[in-house]
Amino acid sequence: MKRRDFLKGCLMCGAATSLGISNKAWGAGSFEGYPEAMGVLVDLTRCIGCRSCEAACNKEQRLPEPKVSFDDQSVFKEKRRPDENAYTVVNRYETASEGKTVHRKIQCNHCNEPACLTSCFVNAYTKTKEGAVIYNSKICVGCRNCMIACPFNVPGYSYSSAINPIVKKCIFCYDTRVKFGRPPACVEICPQEVLTFGYRKDLIKMGHERIRETPDKYVDHLYGEKEVGGTGWLYLSGVPFEQVGFDTTLGNDPIISNVKEFLGTVPMVLAIWPALFTGFHLLSTRNKGHEGGHGHDAHSKSEQEDAKK
Amino acid sequence: MYAVRNWLIGGVITLVLYLAPPDCRGANVPDSINLDSLAQLYEKVKFDHAKHIKLTKDCSDCHHHTTGTLFEDRNCIRCHRNSGETKTVACKGCHLSQPFSAATLREKNLNTYHLDKPGLKGAYHLSCMGCHEKNGGPTGCQDCHPRNKEGDKFYNAGEYAPKKVEGKHSGH
Repeated sequence: MKRRDFLKGCLMCGAATSLGISNKAWGAGSFEGYPEAMGVLVDLTRCIGCRSCEAACNKEQRLPEPKVSFDDQSVFKEKRRPDENAYTVVNRYETASEGKTVHRKIQCNHCNEPACLTSCFVNAYTKTKEGAVIYNSKICVGCRNCMIACPFNVPGYSYSSAINPIVKKCIFCYDTRVKFGRPPACVEICPQEVLTFGYRKDLIKMGHERIRETPDKYVDHLYGEKEVGGTGWLYLSGVPFEQVGFDTTLGNDPIISNVKEFLGTVPMVLAIWPALFTGFHLLSTRNKGHEGGHGHDAHSKSEQEDAKK
Repeated sequence: MYAVRNWLIGGVITLVLYLAPPDCRGANVPDSINLDSLAQLYEKVKFDHAKHIKLTKDCSDCHHHTTGTLFEDRNCIRCHRNSGETKTVACKGCHLSQPFSAATLREKNLNTYHLDKPGLKGAYHLSCMGCHEKNGGPTGCQDCHPRNKEGDKFYNAGEYAPKKVEGKHSGH
């Protein structure tokens, strides 16, 4: 009877713990970013590939001199990605949709639930209430976990620094502009107003409104509204997103949801397994101990008791 | 008699004005406009208004409904089918030069229809480039406004262009 109670207890404990985890996971998954978070609406149909945003970023963030001038269009020959020397790059795509040429700016998308932040074991990353995902270079140990975790392949790494290599990425011009309520440098310089700076919640409405007013111009999707739990930077496109280098297979769950359940089992394992296996051990050794101590006598004794009943 | 003659003269003038081509109608339509309110990295744009009046079909190609002509965009026509000429016709009268300032964003009233109004720079470029691309006008940055020295520095171009690095292993 005692053993049955013990097993029952174990089962109930397990059920309670797993219920607890699923509740927790649901609660955290509903976070939709800070209410006052800023964002940028990127309208790819407007971009002409002038690379002014790259120049502005270079000056604002005091990045090294580029290899070629910022008005040089030869860089479009290859698909680039942000690195330690450029926190934003523009790529050109010759698309299959009526042969349209589309330019696309890449930088950190400033996720609502950043995977880089989740993956950072020294807590170098911060999601500010303004929506910027920033990092403290003094804390960063250069492990590059965030580079692997980022679903958009954004963080770069200062490979050129032999002594103290750290991660480098767009910080939404947080400490020089966004913190003071000013738009990022790339937004301010953009001649075509490809980039619209504003409250993220307003930009979502504006994005859908543009689609509604000119449905022939856009694909009916606002990339970043829901992807990986929502991003601060949102995109409108006239061609299917996968044709211009967007990953459309990411899903709408934040990256942290992929590991949350696993991480949730860690405390359960630590708390329950010692007790559970001690219990198993005690049960098995108790019987063995009886057998070892009293041998055949004990066994026959219990048989006698059963017979009495 | 005088009254009748005056009426006749008045009628003739009105008729002449009515038949005159639309670009002669406004007495104070400028022939040339200096677009310089945003000039920092580039020289100001000397906009040949008279030439563009001849090239375009209608004032509304650039001025929406504000000059009193019918703007045929289906989204605009819903409200502005019968809108008359407005007091403000210049781009900078409606399009802000600082569209993303904290004050502008805070005061943005989500109930107004014209919520998504581009800033002045955006309005100029979207309007000009859109038409130039469609109708074969110049589309290079410096076709309309030459870059100044500040601009060369900003774009690492001209005399500020990065120096070509010589082959490091040429000595071997």
